[in-house]
Amino acid sequence: MRYFLKKLSSLIITLLVISLLSFAAFSVIPGDAALAKLGTDATPEAVEQLREKYGLDKPLPERYLKWLAGAVQGDFGASYRYSTKTVSELIASRLPVTVIMAVMSFIIIIGVSIPLGIIAAKYSHKPPDTVINVGSQVTMAIPSFFLGIIITYIFGIILNLFKAGDYISPQKDFWACVRYLIFPSIAVALPKIAMVVKYLRNSLLAEVNKDYVRTAYSKGNTKDQVFKKHIFRNALIPVITFVAMVAAEILAGSLVIEQVFGIKGMGNLLVTSISSRDYPVVQAAVIYITSVVVIINFAVDILYQLADPRVRYS
Amino acid sequence: MKKKSVTRIFSAVMVVAMSTALCACTGGSSGNSSSGNNSSDTPEFIFGMSQTITSVDPHEDTDAATRCVLFNVFEGLVKPTAEGVLVPAVASDYVISDDATEYTFTIREGITFHDGNPVTASDVKYSLERSAATASGSSALSSVSDISVPDDSTVVITIDSPNSEFIYNLTTAILEESNDAEQATNPIGTGPFMITEFEEGEYLDMAKYDGYWSELDCIDSCRFKFIDSATTAYTELESNAIDCLQYLTYEQAEALGDDYNIITTSMMLIHGLFLNNAAESCPALQDVRVRQALNYAIDRDEINDTLFAGESQLIQTHGYPRVAWYNSDTADTYTYDTVKAKELLKEAGYEDGFTFTIKVPKEYDQHVQTAEIISNQLSKIGVTAKLDKVEWTTWVSDVYKGRDYEATVVGFDAASLAPSTWYVRYYTTSGNDFTNFSNEEYDKIYDQAVASIDEDEKMELYGQLQQILAEEAASVFIEDPADFVALSADFTGYVSYPLSAIDLTTIKAAK
Repeated sequence: MRYFLKKLSSLIITLLVISLLSFAAFSVIPGDAALAKLGTDATPEAVEQLREKYGLDKPLPERYLKWLAGAVQGDFGASYRYSTKTVSELIASRLPVTVIMAVMSFIIIIGVSIPLGIIAAKYSHKPPDTVINVGSQVTMAIPSFFLGIIITYIFGIILNLFKAGDYISPQKDFWACVRYLIFPSIAVALPKIAMVVKYLRNSLLAEVNKDYVRTAYSKGNTKDQVFKKHIFRNALIPVITFVAMVAAEILAGSLVIEQVFGIKGMGNLLVTSISSRDYPVVQAAVIYITSVVVIINFAVDILYQLADPRVRYS
Repeated sequence: MKKKSVTRIFSAVMVVAMSTALCACTGGSSGNSSSGNNSSDTPEFIFGMSQTITSVDPHEDTDAATRCVLFNVFEGLVKPTAEGVLVPAVASDYVISDDATEYTFTIREGITFHDGNPVTASDVKYSLERSAATASGSSALSSVSDISVPDDSTVVITIDSPNSEFIYNLTTAILEESNDAEQATNPIGTGPFMITEFEEGEYLDMAKYDGYWSELDCIDSCRFKFIDSATTAYTELESNAIDCLQYLTYEQAEALGDDYNIITTSMMLIHGLFLNNAAESCPALQDVRVRQALNYAIDRDEINDTLFAGESQLIQTHGYPRVAWYNSDTADTYTYDTVKAKELLKEAGYEDGFTFTIKVPKEYDQHVQTAEIISNQLSKIGVTAKLDKVEWTTWVSDVYKGRDYEATVVGFDAASLAPSTWYVRYYTTSGNDFTNFSNEEYDKIYDQAVASIDEDEKMELYGQLQQILAEEAASVFIEDPADFVALSADFTGYVSYPLSAIDLTTIKAAK
């Protein structure tokens, strides 16, 4: 319980620091929200009026405290760009698709990389390992936007397995959305699979030569038992950390893949909000991403306990 | 033994992976049927938009993309045609008093809003007042001193000083007064199409309004689909997910197959290298001879050939070749002549050239590429043009509003068809004279042109203004860029407008 409280307070402190930093960052970068909305031919009076409406004429600390007071009550204010929408409404409409795509990519990553990692370790420096290794290098080296375009061309335009631009939001038609997300999820997953495979392979190979493995054999365990009960379990610990990082990354929304496939998720919202200086939305998106990272880290700590009995928190 | 165990783990994992894949497949097939249902209410025609529309309130300050789309939904007392002239819309007739201060409109008989209610004179009065109060950016209606409603079908608008161009402001959307509370989210207009669904960040659907005052022979419904990236938009075009897309590059237009017809038109944009005529950090640009030298040293043809396959209309002044106000005599003020350019530089005391910076909005490839070509061309006369790529929002606040720049490459569209709004850009005390151009004669003629209510005289005076801009080399005006539009071969009738408008009423299925 104490451990939980400690984690919770560090979560809150992290969020506070991050929100303050991003708030400050946006007041430093050039470009004015009011001007971004009104465009080139706005009169100075109109710009002043809008700045006043947004509260941009107030000093930074005052604006931050006001924002904070709203945010703790779940009110992130109104979007600058969409005159009739609140930030919460925008996030609520964009979050589901990002989460669905993250879950799908995650399933693909785990489902493919664990067997491949094991094969690569088992046949290290033999043909299967070489093939996997080359494959990983290639998928890691391709920039994700290019990977997205290649996938669109091969599976969309040549093989007609999906129609680029046919995106439909999950709120409208859940299964049609899931179907559309299959190839974007693969595009998100491929480079990550390559990294997890490499990580798992190296981690397994590092464990195989350790003393406890020899001891385990000498106790009369079969290779199968040693692998399942000892090697695999120990090799997983560093991999869990890495996979958690991957999970946080894909949950934050893939800026590039969403753009290439025309998916209207968190990544797309963040990009368009930054370019139109829609600070309330950016601020909320930053808070979301931070929360995801911190909460996943917390989950990893719990997972450690399950994977490694030596780790016990009180 | 060892081999077997690994195989067993592998097969276990594969089972999991396969079953998830199968799940996805079942998901796929059920998705198939539901998306089949869905396609029945997907509109007939899908128009790809490279910008997202954030508001459907026609009175709010809007960007060009929003004006393009809403052109189909709302109408003013008058509306523009593809030829750039105004024709009656909500009004069937109008009379302008001889001194151009009193405008009397007769509302079209039988015209109705999208909910079926008739349009009355008080709706018109309400709309003009709402627009004046909402639109913080334009002061277009600020000269109105009185709007009176003598009867249900007549509106008389009085302005404080004679201005025959005031009529251009009356394209302001007429909205239904009784809908006041919902105007920002669900405005009701009189146009040929009505909004059926607006999905934030995704699309705006509209359907033909059966009660429209004029006979319509066009598509029944249309979706404006928002695609943020131009590359993605092109991919969607290639996979036939959209029926129409504007602003293709020449290479893209060439590469499209038989499924699409390419319409070559112009962007109605004054594209140029705009110079800060009062740049303190670069005194050279304050000298008219230097600015003329730049005009001689920049090869407009090369820019046109490289970026637009030679399809752009070259210009040498701030004028739109597609509209009647254009002074075509300015077109040969300068020829590409580096010798002449060097002579002028020598005369001005810059024999060894000089250095300046072009701030260019990096989101626009066309501007960045133009700046790169210019920089290369100017190096031939010993002038060094450095590029500073800035974000659009920064460009607006620093370059356009702050006038803190030496030169920039950008394009100016015609937000209004009133020529005074174009030429006020070079008026000494004007808020949007961002090039700091200042010329006494220009200001004098501008005042006369605005005050004149005689069309021929006006034409003459605006022609003179364009002549001055060319001769004084206010900037390096390059072209009205070619616009390549792809239209699905299943449809015909795309018409290009000289201002921000997409007209759905001319688009129909190909026979």
